[in-house]
Amino acid sequence: MTSFFQSLGMPFEGAWLLSTICGILLIALPLMLAVAMIIYVDRKIWAAMALRRGPNVVGPFGLLQSFADGLKVFLQETIIPSAANKGIFLIAPVVTFTVALMAWAVIPFNSNAILANINIGLLYVLAISSLGVYGTIMAGWASNSKYPFFSAMRASAQMISYEVSIGFILICVVLWAGTFNMNGIVLAQKGHVFGLINGFVANPLLFPMWVMFLVSSLAETQRAPFDLTEAESELVAGYQTEYSSMAFAAYWLGEYANVLLMCALNATLFWGGWLPPLDIPVLYLVPGFVWFLLKIGFFFFVFSWVKATVPRYRYDQLMRLGWKVFLPVSLLFVVIVSGYLMATGHFA
Amino acid sequence: MIHIIAFYLFAVMTVASGAITILSRNPVHSVLWLILAFFNAAGLMVLTGAEFIAALLVIVYVGAVAVLFLFVVMMLDIDFAELRAGFVRYFPFGALVAIVLLAEIVLGIGAYRAGNLELGTPDGTAATAAGLHNIEAIGGLLFSRYLFLFEAAGVILLVSMIGAIVLTHRERGGTRGQKIAKQNQRRPQDATFNVKPEVGKGVSL
Repeated sequence: MTSFFQSLGMPFEGAWLLSTICGILLIALPLMLAVAMIIYVDRKIWAAMALRRGPNVVGPFGLLQSFADGLKVFLQETIIPSAANKGIFLIAPVVTFTVALMAWAVIPFNSNAILANINIGLLYVLAISSLGVYGTIMAGWASNSKYPFFSAMRASAQMISYEVSIGFILICVVLWAGTFNMNGIVLAQKGHVFGLINGFVANPLLFPMWVMFLVSSLAETQRAPFDLTEAESELVAGYQTEYSSMAFAAYWLGEYANVLLMCALNATLFWGGWLPPLDIPVLYLVPGFVWFLLKIGFFFFVFSWVKATVPRYRYDQLMRLGWKVFLPVSLLFVVIVSGYLMATGHFA
Repeated sequence: MIHIIAFYLFAVMTVASGAITILSRNPVHSVLWLILAFFNAAGLMVLTGAEFIAALLVIVYVGAVAVLFLFVVMMLDIDFAELRAGFVRYFPFGALVAIVLLAEIVLGIGAYRAGNLELGTPDGTAATAAGLHNIEAIGGLLFSRYLFLFEAAGVILLVSMIGAIVLTHRERGGTRGQKIAKQNQRRPQDATFNVKPEVGKGVSL
């Protein structure tokens, strides 16, 4: 896109700036629309699994429900508790929302459709997702209220615990792909198994890693069964208890943008990203981003499915799973995968 | 042009947030400003081409260390008046530390500019070998030339971690944890049994 603006007679820097801004808008605006729609889809899936109808009043099939909710929230009054730390209280949802959008910069939508094709793409994702915890902690502390504070404690412990095992899982992927670049990781999965199946997930050594990554991404986004931060039976609404109006909406949007991001990461790292599932020339006629969006949609369905069916974990069980099961197993797999790759001369 | 604007933005933000870290009254605000300083320092590193170090700075310091700081500071019940009272008493010591740090920075940069260090060019650019990515260059150095030091650092961290666990861990009697393996081994017949009591007679349990 930079070269297009340059052909209009712009200097390189101006063209780069303009094309980057266009790229950001091209990702962020459809993402916001996707979040609005995916909330509707989420509610419809839960409703179907609970034999209910779900939202069906606003617009055809209730399609406009999220927009109606957005408008309602927009018109509400923002209430700030008098004992709250006002500055941090208002910054916290902005942090959550911004961080949820930032990581999309390195997600490849197609072979050349990537905003920032940087060498350290995966590390960037890890760095940005480790920032996400601040939105929660700041909200919990600044609300100056018991339940949000408990929730913030839980959230930060949970996110830090699962980031450790996610790091080890990603090391296995990076070892096999030989690069941190997201597009490089996608390309490394081309014809990975028998020269036919695109995706690390079909590899017997990486399949358990994918299962653990899926569970960890549920924990990282605080979705059920790991939604202890918003456990309504214990903590009212967790760190969001004191929030209203647009601040609350920012949390909601950020949360769903994070869920979509984790779906995108599952697709990119283990299911071949924008590659078709099989390495057959006919399938490449379908554009890459269609495959990518289909994969994201599939993972989102899995996330909703889990939320609709699985009961909430207890807090000590959550910690046990993170530290006593996932961490040793992922460490073991780092050893096994690197040993296998050394033995077969992968790095030669 | 963008490069220069970005540099001054990051530099000013780093220095300013560093200053506010010290000056702000609320310790939680201090930690949050410190996090902003870390983040902007990472931005500066990206500008010099050290994107790997920048990512690590954000992951390790912002993502883990600062969260722990924040935890501790939020939990503490700090008496601000008492903190301020000690300021004059500790000022000479603080000034001494500042002077030592300044001297070390001057010494380090002086030695670096004198050359013969083979780390890169003195102006800080193009610190990687030609044609290598940042990560590859660092990995190449760490796992060949500095392998022993790297492993030694790992062992020291492991020892300190075990030490911290040994020092803080204590067995508390009277707590009951869940034993998952034991639960999974349990079968229905271990806990329940069927009886058919005759009419008019009770069941002994």
